[in-house]
Amino acid sequence: MLSYLARRLLLLVPMAIGIVVVTFGLLLLIPGDPAAVLLGQEASPEAIATLRDQLGLNDPWYIRLWDYFAALLRGDMGRSIFQNESVASIILGRLGATVELAIVALILATLIGLVLGVIAATRQGSWIDTGTMLLAQIGVSMPVYWLGLLLMLWFSVMLGWLPAIGRGTPLPLALVAAFSGQPGVLWDSLQHLLLPALALAVNSAAIISRLARTSMLEVLREDFVRTAYAKGLRRVRVVVHHALRNALLPVLSVIGLRFGMLLGGAVLTESIFAWPGLGQLTIAAISQRDLPLIQGIVLTFALMFALINLVVDLLYAAVDPRIRLA
Amino acid sequence: MHIPKALRNTSLVIGALITLFIIGCAVLAPYISTHGVEQMDMRNRFAGPSPVHWLGTDNFGRDLWTRLVYGARFSLSIALISVTISAVIGTVIGLAAGYFGGWVDQLLMRITDVFLGFPAIVLALAIVAVLGPSMINVAASLIVVFWTEYARVVRATTLVLREQNYVQAARALGASPARILFREILPNALGPIIVLASLGLGTAVLSESALSFLGFGLPPPTPTWGWTLAYGTKFLRDEPWLSIVAGATIMLTVLGFNLLGDGLRDILDPRQLSRGPGRAK
Repeated sequence: MLSYLARRLLLLVPMAIGIVVVTFGLLLLIPGDPAAVLLGQEASPEAIATLRDQLGLNDPWYIRLWDYFAALLRGDMGRSIFQNESVASIILGRLGATVELAIVALILATLIGLVLGVIAATRQGSWIDTGTMLLAQIGVSMPVYWLGLLLMLWFSVMLGWLPAIGRGTPLPLALVAAFSGQPGVLWDSLQHLLLPALALAVNSAAIISRLARTSMLEVLREDFVRTAYAKGLRRVRVVVHHALRNALLPVLSVIGLRFGMLLGGAVLTESIFAWPGLGQLTIAAISQRDLPLIQGIVLTFALMFALINLVVDLLYAAVDPRIRLA
Repeated sequence: MHIPKALRNTSLVIGALITLFIIGCAVLAPYISTHGVEQMDMRNRFAGPSPVHWLGTDNFGRDLWTRLVYGARFSLSIALISVTISAVIGTVIGLAAGYFGGWVDQLLMRITDVFLGFPAIVLALAIVAVLGPSMINVAASLIVVFWTEYARVVRATTLVLREQNYVQAARALGASPARILFREILPNALGPIIVLASLGLGTAVLSESALSFLGFGLPPPTPTWGWTLAYGTKFLRDEPWLSIVAGATIMLTVLGFNLLGDGLRDILDPRQLSRGPGRAK
């Protein structure tokens, strides 16, 4: 396991370097003088010259790339052009909301996906199976922002059950509040969270349900399942204790990957529900063409993605010895 | 040769019908549209479906059916361009990595991993943000995001195919690597590529609509689906119809490509055949 861990960590280094190079490359894509483009047409020549200097545009690209690396190693992602603050602190201020949204969505997606997938697999060929898989197909095909709008329209505008936009108290704080005798805070927090998390979860739930179904179908054909039935165990026990446990492994790897996708999907969900996270920040940064901020966000997303994949791989290896020994 | 089996595959048939319908609408837009794209009718704002306005009208009284039909042209063009070019780039890289192995494989796959490491929509948004919105730039941003999938799948297929006897035989006969790759391996790797491309068209339509929805797609007055949905949200409380229909159009199109892709996979990829019903538990 240790050698696998070492190998896997070592692979992270070229990956991280590559991610930084691509992120840095975004600046090179800008046609013309980036400083002039970024500041717009009304900018004075002095302002442009200052920004050129600030972005280090007067140096050749390889020096800039080196400086960029060196700064990143110190945890410095540069300064936002339009907000007088460092990119790192702006991003840190927003990260929690997005991670919270993605984690809750992941939990919802996993629960919904597993339940639907297992039910479909145990009723293979029936109308329940067909219906579930059709639902999954629709779930995959639905634009996440459209689903968000429909949910908002139904549960907030028409029924008035849930708040349409915004975030309540951050979930960790709300949990603390609930334990110190203020359950209302937690309730409010969850109410705000439910619709965006559900909108974000549906796509992943659909994919997880299809995979869980396939995986379950394979396991249900195995001899040990027949043995379990032959022992006279009840169907529910066989399905949950014997089959599902073995079918979970391939599903696990996808669930990890989905977390990365959910972070990306948060860009769309957050813009619908005015959820004050990284996604909303992305849209704002792009509208203003605040390049250091855009680069910082892209980098943050990618590095989180890489770390999640690392964790998933390690978990996977811990569960399945065939992987770390290969 | 697959015709009877193909017609028995429900996903494939329904997916093909939906796809043909949408493509037909895009191609025949000038003939099947009922009004001008920008033709306003202020007395009939937010009209519901009627014999005159099949899908109703928007906030300027513009005919929604007409705008969606023309919107199909932009969505499908961008999807087609980006998927075709991604498939070509990814296939060439996958073939090279799988066939030559060694450091070529290592290098190409590490690069692929890096690009796979970005959430697709975020990278696409960032690219459009720096390049500026236009048809070519939107397609380019999607290509940067999409090619990796083809590279990985084609590489995996190539790894299997290069050990096949007929490839070994061609090599023994002194065929050049290019000949082996494009005449022996590629034709046999086409199945997975076609399946990926069909599913990729759906993803491309979704991504392009998302960019348009956020305001970073083709600039208005282009009647993109995503933008129609987005400005419909301004009237969501009282007139949700506009956004609902635009979103449903996107979903139907993506559903068509996805069903088509799944159906094609059943037929073109024999390893997956056991997925279908009919096999004993």
